[in-house]
Amino acid sequence: MAQPLVKKDDDHDDELEYSPFMGIEKGAVLQEARVFNDAQVDPRRCSQVITKLLYLLNQGESFTKVEATEVFFSVTKLFQSKDTGLRRMVYLIIKELSPSSDEVIIVTSSLMKDMNSKIDMYRANAIRVLCRIIDGTLLTQIERYLKQAIVDKNPVVSSAALVSGLHLLKTNPEIVKRWSNEVQEGIQSRSALVQFHALALLHQIRQNDRLAVSKLVGSLTRGSVRSPLAQCLLIRYTSQVIRDMANHGQSGERPFYEFLESCLRHKAEMVILEAARAITELDGVTSRELTPAITVLQLFLSSPRPVLRFAAVRTLNKVAMTHPMAVTNCNIDMESLISDQNRSIATLAITTLLKTGNESSVERLMKQITNFMSDIADEFKIVVVEAIRSLCVKFPLKYRSLMTFLSNILREEGGFEYKRAIVDSIVTIIRDIPDAKESGLLHLCEFIEDCEFTYLSTQILHFLGIEGPNTSDPSKYIRYIYNRVHLENATVRAAAVSTLAKFGFMVESLKPRITVLLKRCIYDSDDEVRDRATLFLSVLGGDGTVDNDRETKDFLFGSLEVPLVNLETSLKNYEPSEEAFDVNSVSKEVKSQPLAEKKAQGKKPTGLGAPPAAPASGFDGYERLLSSIPEFAAFGKLFKSSAPVELTEAETEYAVNVVKHIFDSHVVFQYNCTNTIPEQLLERVNVIVDASEAEDFNEVTSKALNSLPYDTPAQAFVVFEKPAGVPAVGKFSNTLTFVVKEVDPSTGEAEDDGVEDEYQLEDLEVVAGDYMVKVGVSNFRNAWEGMDEEDERVDEYGLGQRDSLGEAVNAVIDLLGMQTCEGTETIPSNARSHTCLLSGVYIGNVKVLVRAQFGMDSSKDIAMKLTVRAEDVSVAEAIHEIVASG
Amino acid sequence: MELPPKVKNMLLLDSEGKRVAVKYYSDDWPTNSSKEAFEKAVFTKTQKTSARAEVEVTALENNIIVYKFAQDLHFFVTGGEEENELILDSVLQGLFDAVTLLLRGNVDKREALDNLDLIFLCFDEIIDNGIVLETDATVIAGKVGIDSTDPNAPLSEQTISQALATAREHLTRSLLK
Repeated sequence: MAQPLVKKDDDHDDELEYSPFMGIEKGAVLQEARVFNDAQVDPRRCSQVITKLLYLLNQGESFTKVEATEVFFSVTKLFQSKDTGLRRMVYLIIKELSPSSDEVIIVTSSLMKDMNSKIDMYRANAIRVLCRIIDGTLLTQIERYLKQAIVDKNPVVSSAALVSGLHLLKTNPEIVKRWSNEVQEGIQSRSALVQFHALALLHQIRQNDRLAVSKLVGSLTRGSVRSPLAQCLLIRYTSQVIRDMANHGQSGERPFYEFLESCLRHKAEMVILEAARAITELDGVTSRELTPAITVLQLFLSSPRPVLRFAAVRTLNKVAMTHPMAVTNCNIDMESLISDQNRSIATLAITTLLKTGNESSVERLMKQITNFMSDIADEFKIVVVEAIRSLCVKFPLKYRSLMTFLSNILREEGGFEYKRAIVDSIVTIIRDIPDAKESGLLHLCEFIEDCEFTYLSTQILHFLGIEGPNTSDPSKYIRYIYNRVHLENATVRAAAVSTLAKFGFMVESLKPRITVLLKRCIYDSDDEVRDRATLFLSVLGGDGTVDNDRETKDFLFGSLEVPLVNLETSLKNYEPSEEAFDVNSVSKEVKSQPLAEKKAQGKKPTGLGAPPAAPASGFDGYERLLSSIPEFAAFGKLFKSSAPVELTEAETEYAVNVVKHIFDSHVVFQYNCTNTIPEQLLERVNVIVDASEAEDFNEVTSKALNSLPYDTPAQAFVVFEKPAGVPAVGKFSNTLTFVVKEVDPSTGEAEDDGVEDEYQLEDLEVVAGDYMVKVGVSNFRNAWEGMDEEDERVDEYGLGQRDSLGEAVNAVIDLLGMQTCEGTETIPSNARSHTCLLSGVYIGNVKVLVRAQFGMDSSKDIAMKLTVRAEDVSVAEAIHEIVASG
Repeated sequence: MELPPKVKNMLLLDSEGKRVAVKYYSDDWPTNSSKEAFEKAVFTKTQKTSARAEVEVTALENNIIVYKFAQDLHFFVTGGEEENELILDSVLQGLFDAVTLLLRGNVDKREALDNLDLIFLCFDEIIDNGIVLETDATVIAGKVGIDSTDPNAPLSEQTISQALATAREHLTRSLLK
């Protein structure tokens, strides 16, 4: 052995950092891997090399395609060795290398041989490896063996086949579905895990057939499922069935509740927890149903095992949000958890107590928490602060002690996020509880006296400017604010100047004194501070007429009407010129965030929290592009640009997509063309549009492309006129015409002579949705109620059979092209009914709100009730027409 | 819809938070650097706790993590926010006890690295692509147990049941210590 991996006899204490992999290097290991090719395989040596390869992969090293292929091929040679240990390592490395489909063929026969081997371990592992790496066609070849394996008398083999089935179901459902009978047999198995895996697979196979799932659950809840894991699974399926039944309006005694309740007496704690959780999560659970679940969770609270305590307190915490009274019995146990070693448990206990506590226990609780706060990490403190905020809103009379608590912790050490949570909480309390305002503002004032976070200082100063002038004695805040002008950095100084100005404007008696203070600021060293001071001095020095006052007020207190992100991109796109930047040109369209981003953000910002950042929009880019073309300048303001619509199949010679730009009385089609042939140069590229199926449209002009070299996208435009303000629709057929010139690939020069040619593109439609801009509303309910009920139009539609509710909802959203509000675009995967809230602005600047209620029956037929409110009745009717004709 | 319990990853780190062996079964951490960042976060968060006698538990980034330490080895099992902690706990127990058996009671980093092949096989026998395959430590160790008792003994001379018997004996001995 050249490099023994296992150096048992070395003196361990010599090296502190001893590792058999010290100084390991990819290149050297790949060299070593050549031993796999030796005529006489040395199993020990080969196993060691594989371990090293696995170690490298595990440490995050990656192999190039060539390296991986080379290793894979030499590894396949090791199938000739009969050594079981080595074979295990071979299986492992094949899975890690995840070979491509053409490589897989090399090992298929070896693995198939192992699948039928007498050695159980070979059979089980070969199945798992093979199922991981094969594709559909190969799968049909081995299907017979897999079915056999499911009913193999060795549980390990049958588990391996069942679990592989679970994975394969995602890629080859039609094949796996044929195994139902074998899987059914697995459920009867005496092996606990086979039962578990069989149940999981059988349910997954039948999951779209509600009746079958309900039958399965029905028969199993009566029978005896042995394995705790399988029992947990059964509980999950049962709650799903209960949910489905509830959605179908089956009333009376809740079915299967008894089964869940009986699981609370199961001998495995895992099952008890699963059942208790299932009960607490039942829709509209009654307190009678809750009681037994709460009782077992209460027992868990005093368990010596942290996992049990955590699980229990976490569940009770959730219950406390909806049924605080049901949890009060556990309060004593929970209080003892405040001092739990595990801080996650302690924090959950506190926040639960804060939710369940009654008015009289608040003070006692606060005392306990104060001791606890000093020794937990910031992230836990934030959770506590948030719980206190909601407690304060619940018990407004207790604001005094809660406010004192918040102001105390505000003075202690802490990071930015923590401090922000406290400030946010104080702000919320000030807003919700008028009595708390004065003391709260003073606490904030004291805080900024010694605040290291510029962001928080400026936010608080801004808030002071809005709330401070309306208090009984505004003058007492001036000192705090003016101190900032002396002691802080420029950003805070500027904010302080603005706040002073607000006081000066709102409180007549303070005006002369503020003017004096502001005058001092015009000698500040910072431009921004000086500018603001000068500006506000002139505003305050105004003549005091009503008109002037209103303007000043708008200026000082008004909010921006456009989303900040859009303003930012518009400002970035603005190029210095004679023409001043016009804030009215900024789009008001709110871009919806990608889902992933939303998930990452988790919570909605509250209090002072800034609005979430949205991705930059393409709208401004289009707007700039179009306004740069003189022919289009006269069309007025761009109303909407559609997403690009592909007019060619992927990987054709010429790739073309089109963007529809809607103006008040014009429509501009922007054809983005790409030439994908290196040997060609296209010239005089134009799109000929046949608008015979679009009666309301008349072609006005077109703008051809002079030259389209290989792989350099460029745009051609065609412009149509349409009746002003009318949402005209129609279908257009397009033909791309051009002159082709051969290009010499070696020199890149084009020949002089070209050939005229044309290329048929797909049809393009202008639909009603193109006239709708997505504009969100912050509070749908308010907006809805703010619209005249008289102008409401309601109708019902049948949408036919669909695979899922989500599909139908998305189809309607796409058809209308409106913004979904309040997260109603997300639909639980198994929902049977859903309400979607939409808002938008229709051409002519008419605000439209839509409430779409969807329902799905057992045969997957979907019905929709559409209620539309718009500022203009004709638009509400138009929306219905869109849906009716879509 | 994913109803069967899912394990998102299993981590075996050393006392400085470095990887000994890790396995991810979820797309939540697509790159090596995101994995390392997660490991660092988990390690820092749990570092100061004592998870030697009992399995401990914590929540991080919408995940539930159960963990247990032995000498300079830190074992972690991660599942989703909605996961049943006790299922994760049984996976962790299975992993921990199986490793204890395979390392003949000497659960430390050095021994683990010396027998890294066994650790990898052990991971492989517990979870298959996120699905729980087996949680019984003796069964896991039995399936892995290629040469768990005497590294010098030829493989063929040892049956699995023999290996198991010795391993069990080692475990009880180490527990009595």
